[in-house]
Amino acid sequence: MKLTSLLASAAMVLGLATGAVAQDKTKVGFVYVGPVGDGGWTYEHNQGRLAVEAEFGDKVETVYVENVAEGPDSERVMTQMALNGADLIFTTSFGYMDPTINVAKKFPNVKFEHATGYKTAPNVSVYSARFYEGRAVQGTIAGMMTKSNVIGYIGSYPIPEVIRGINSAYIHAKKVNPDVQFKIVWAFTWFDPAKEADAAKVLIEQGADVILQHTDSTAPQAAAKNAGNVITFGQASDMGEYAPMPRVSSIIDNWAPYYIERTRAVMDGTWETSNRWDGIGKGMVKIGEISSAVPEDVKAKALEVKEAIASGAYHPFTGPLNKQDGSAWLAEGDVADDGTLAGMNFFVEGIDGEIPQ
Amino acid sequence: MIRLEKRPQPSQRWSMATPLVAVLATMLFGGLLFGVLGTNPLLAIETIFWEPLFGEFSFYYRPQLLVKGAPLVLIAIGLSLGFRAGIWNIGAEGQYIIGALTGAAVGLAFYPVEAWYIFPLMVIAGALGGWAWAMIPAFLKVRFGTNEILVSLMLVYVAEQFLASMSLGLLKNPEGFGFPGSRNLQQYESAHNADLIANSGMHWGVVAALIAVIFAYVLLNRHMLGFQIRLTGEAPRAARFAGVRPARLILLCLGISGALAGLAGLFEVSGPAGQVSIDFNVGYGFTAIIVAFLGRLHPVGILLAGGLMALTYIGGEIAQGQLGLPAAAIQVFQGMLLFFLLALDLLTNYRVAWRKPEVA
Repeated sequence: MKLTSLLASAAMVLGLATGAVAQDKTKVGFVYVGPVGDGGWTYEHNQGRLAVEAEFGDKVETVYVENVAEGPDSERVMTQMALNGADLIFTTSFGYMDPTINVAKKFPNVKFEHATGYKTAPNVSVYSARFYEGRAVQGTIAGMMTKSNVIGYIGSYPIPEVIRGINSAYIHAKKVNPDVQFKIVWAFTWFDPAKEADAAKVLIEQGADVILQHTDSTAPQAAAKNAGNVITFGQASDMGEYAPMPRVSSIIDNWAPYYIERTRAVMDGTWETSNRWDGIGKGMVKIGEISSAVPEDVKAKALEVKEAIASGAYHPFTGPLNKQDGSAWLAEGDVADDGTLAGMNFFVEGIDGEIPQ
Repeated sequence: MIRLEKRPQPSQRWSMATPLVAVLATMLFGGLLFGVLGTNPLLAIETIFWEPLFGEFSFYYRPQLLVKGAPLVLIAIGLSLGFRAGIWNIGAEGQYIIGALTGAAVGLAFYPVEAWYIFPLMVIAGALGGWAWAMIPAFLKVRFGTNEILVSLMLVYVAEQFLASMSLGLLKNPEGFGFPGSRNLQQYESAHNADLIANSGMHWGVVAALIAVIFAYVLLNRHMLGFQIRLTGEAPRAARFAGVRPARLILLCLGISGALAGLAGLFEVSGPAGQVSIDFNVGYGFTAIIVAFLGRLHPVGILLAGGLMALTYIGGEIAQGQLGLPAAAIQVFQGMLLFFLLALDLLTNYRVAWRKPEVA
C-alpha cells in the first residue's frame, strides 16, 4: 500500500517535471463552475483569463474547463491540469475549497488560488472581493428610486457572502428611505435562468419595483423588462445589454488585475500564500455606469457613497447597528471586523424573514 | 427506393453490433463537429477515447474511470430490473441523495468516535434511506394506482430541498464558519470510504457495483424472480396467468433500485465527495438511465456502458483542458452516442430493403 502510493506520487512528480521541462511558458489553469457565456460570474473570471493572455502574450499559456461540478469532478479537473504542467491554477467557486486543498497537497510545486474560500496552505491562496461595498451603492440607488417601497432580492444560497450583500443593501436603502422593505427569495442556485426568472416574477407580483440579484444569469433582467417599471442591477458582470432600463447600474467583478499580479508573481518566483479581500478602492469591485434612467440627485448620492468607500473614509458596516433580534452589534462609530463579516450568519435589524436553516 | 421491412425475428447480430456501430458513428460525426469548431478531429477523438486509458497520465485516469463509473453502474443495475418489468423508476437521483444523507448522518452522529462498526452502519443506513425514498412511489402505486414515473421524478426535487436544508442546518459543519456543508468524512477515518488499495480508485462503491452486476446476472438468469421480471415486461397478461403478483413485483423492483441508488450515494458522500453539500448530486441518477439502456438492460452490458460513459466524461474533460473544446461540444458528443444507439436500434427489428418502385 505504501509502495504503490509512493510510486504514484513519484510518477506524478515525474509527470509534472517533464511537463515543466517541455515548455518554458508559464501555464495557468482556470476551473469554472458555469459556462463562460453565463454573462455573469464565470464570464468575468474568463475576462480575467483573457487579460492574463493579453498582458503576457506568448510567455503564458492558459487553459480552462467550464461547467465543472463541485466535488470529485473538480478534483479530477485540477489534477489533470497539474499533471499537464500547470504552474498556477485558479479555482473559481466556493465549493472547490476542499478539492483544491486535496490536490494542492499532491502537487507542492503548483500554486493554487481559490476564490471565496477560507482554507489556505503553503501553496494555496484565497481571494475574494468585497462585493458588499458595491451593494451599499446599489442599496442607495434602490432606496431612493423605489416608489412601492418594496425591494425584491434574489438570494442564491444563505452563505455569509450573500447575507453580507443583503445586509449592506438594506442598511443603505434604509438610510435614504426609512419606509423601505425587503422581500427575499432564495433560489438555491448560482445559475439557473428559469428559476431566477420565476423568482423575479414572484417578487414583482408582490409589489417589488426594484430587483436585486445574487445569481449570475440575466433572466431577472429580462423578467423586469417585460414587467415594465421595474429596475435591476447587473450582477458580477455589467449586463449592459439591459441598460438604461431595467438595468440602471451594476456590480462588476474585476479579476483581471489580481490574475495578472499573481501570474507575474509565479513568473518571478515571488509567489507566496496570501488571503486577499479587495474592494472598490483597489479596483476589484467596479460599479457599472449609472444609466440615464437614474435622476441626477440619486446618481450624485450614489457616487458620493462610492467615493467615500473607495477612499476608505466610510465603511458600509458602521454602527450603530443592531442584529435582527434587536441585540446590539456595533456601537456608534464602530466598524465591523473582517472576521465577523467573513462568517456573517445574521440579518441586521429591520429585515423581515429568516435565514434558511 | 428504400423501404423498411419488419424482421420476423429481432436480429441477434444487429442487437450485438449496434452499440459498436453507434460508437463509430459518434466518432465520425463528433469528429466532424470538432473539425468545424477548429480542432483536429483525430486528435480530439484520440484525446477522449485513448488518453484516459493509455495516455501519459493514464495511471491517474484509470482509477478515475472506476470512481466515475461505479455509481453509474450501481444505480443502472437497480433501474434495469424495474425497466425490464415495465416499472419506471425515474427518481434514482432522489434516492441517491437520500441514501447519502442518511448514511452520512449516521457517520456524523458518531463523530469523533473511531470504531470498526461505524462504516457498516452507514452502509446499511444509506441503503435503507434510498429504499425508503423509493417506497413512496411504490406504495402510492400499489395502493392508489399513481404513476410511479411522475411521483419518483418529483421526489427528486423534494430530495434536493432536503439536501440544501441539511447542508445549511442539521448536518452543517460546526467548525465551518457558517458556510454550508457538513464535516469532511475523508478526514474522519472510521467513516471514510477510502481506496482499498491507495490510488487505485477501488473503493467500496466499486466493489458493490461489481457484486451488483453478478447478483443481477444470476437473478435474471437463474432465479424465479428474474423470470417473473422478464415475463412481466414481455407479456404482462401471461405473467398474471403464471401467478406473478404485480404489487409484490413493484415493491421489490422499486425497493431494490432505491436501495442500490442509496448505496451509490453513501459510497460517494463518504468517499470521493467527502461531504454533504448543497451541490452534492451531479446527475448520476439520471445518467444511469442512459447507461441502463445503453447496456441493453443487461448486467454485463451495463457494466460496459458505465465504463464507456465514464470514459466520455473524463476524456471530455481532458479535451476541454488540452484542446480548448467547449463543454457544450462534449455534451453534444455524449448526446450523439445515445441518439445513434437508439436510431440504429431500428435495424434490430427492421431491415432496409432496396426495391424498385412497383408499376401500378
